[in-house]
Amino acid sequence: MAYSGFRLFAEALRGHRGWRPLWRDPEPQADYDIVIVGGGGHGLSTAYYLATRFGQARVAVLEKGWLGSGNIGRNTTIIRSNYLLPGNQPFYELSMKLWEGLEQDFNLNAMVSQRGVLNLCHTDAQRDAYRRRGNAMILSGADAELLDAEGVRAMYPFLNFDNARFPIKGGLLQRRGGTARHDGVAWGYARGADRRGVDIIQHCEVTGFLVEDGVCKGVETNRGTIRAAKVGVAVAGSTGRVMAKAGMRLPIESFALQAFVTEGLKPCIDGVITFGAGHFYISQSDKGGLVFGGDIDSYNSYAQRGNLPVVEDVAEGGMALMPMIGRARVLRSWGGVMDMSMDGSPIIDRTGIPGLYLNAGWCYGGFKATPASGFCFAHLLSTDTPHEVARAYRLDRFARGALIDEKGAGAQPNLH
Amino acid sequence: MLIPHPILGPRDAQEFTYLGPATLLDRPDGMAEGAGQAMFDYLYPRDNPAGPHRELWYHEQGDRSWLIVTRDTVTHEITGAELVKP
Repeated sequence: MAYSGFRLFAEALRGHRGWRPLWRDPEPQADYDIVIVGGGGHGLSTAYYLATRFGQARVAVLEKGWLGSGNIGRNTTIIRSNYLLPGNQPFYELSMKLWEGLEQDFNLNAMVSQRGVLNLCHTDAQRDAYRRRGNAMILSGADAELLDAEGVRAMYPFLNFDNARFPIKGGLLQRRGGTARHDGVAWGYARGADRRGVDIIQHCEVTGFLVEDGVCKGVETNRGTIRAAKVGVAVAGSTGRVMAKAGMRLPIESFALQAFVTEGLKPCIDGVITFGAGHFYISQSDKGGLVFGGDIDSYNSYAQRGNLPVVEDVAEGGMALMPMIGRARVLRSWGGVMDMSMDGSPIIDRTGIPGLYLNAGWCYGGFKATPASGFCFAHLLSTDTPHEVARAYRLDRFARGALIDEKGAGAQPNLH
Repeated sequence: MLIPHPILGPRDAQEFTYLGPATLLDRPDGMAEGAGQAMFDYLYPRDNPAGPHRELWYHEQGDRSWLIVTRDTVTHEITGAELVKP
């Protein structure tokens, strides 16, 4: 069932009675070629690319809850490729290119909107750092523009340019960055994978790994044993819990990150603005709500909710950046559990157990990475070699000292 | 969140800064045999439990003491706080 304008017109005439569920609800089979643990954004995109690009059909995605019930449904929907380090930026630029073709690829409206992502700077040193970052972005094939204060003022005249502590001196703008409809991304990947024979099995919790002679041969679940030649784990905030079942300790800690949305307002912010110095970033959804967030809560947490001091901190950041936000009323806030790695960068790699593969450590930046994460994980699962742009995301880089530490914060995840 | 300080009584968690698991107290000898591996084990891999977690909090806005707090990472219930022994 493909979507098109004609189809919508025809269904409208028939009272919309012809629409069918987007994916099946199959019983788990006894064995598969590849089992992916985690039916969130990264797991579903992995399954989609395995089926569409790597010719793998005997694939299952196991999800403990319901499809897309984790961070893919809890983020602030921003997509961008504005990283600095050579281990990161080509990966995120691949992700951006996949975003640009995503809706045509999986035939679902994911509302990918390249409305521009602007990072504000406040000092000469920060402007120099952004100039360097912009050059790194351009070298990787991405786009970047350095704006002066007047350039920022032309876009967002309502910002507080004369803040005593953080006056706005300019910004780094990526026009190709923007937002996407997060649930639509999960649905598009799920539908695309399902149509090509991937079994998406919801309410199926992995309770252990089937390891025979040191080799992973499948998983134990609450719906029975499922054998597989390869098992890929993509469970974000639950990584520590799931991999502990395989006896592994990882360079990852779990933290809660909060986000907020206001009541619907008339259009006032047409792009994404980040105010790193004040730990605040904001965009406006197509429904009109201001969507914003800030830092992670400072201590380890598996609770999908945050604490009030961070709410206060985020609100202060918003007031410092754009005082008019004080008139808006917050409708909702929510929290998701982040798999914070020790250098702030992800892991897409084999593990010490043959047959068991890991996709983790996305920190608070997993949404924008969804397409490339799935593509590179599918590449690794299918060919047993890392994709060219994900070669740096090795699990052993911590032991080798080859960290990818964008922020230079060291092995303290609550500072990334 | 209130942290039951063993000397000062219940204090707002906002007076503290958080460092990480209490295992960070057990820094290995960097000059010993096999120090590279020991340092890696000390610095990077984590238990990251969903449940009780022994962790280091620094009373920065208070008496500048380091505490080992036992807190449940799912419910945030704090079941103990003790001074770090020098």
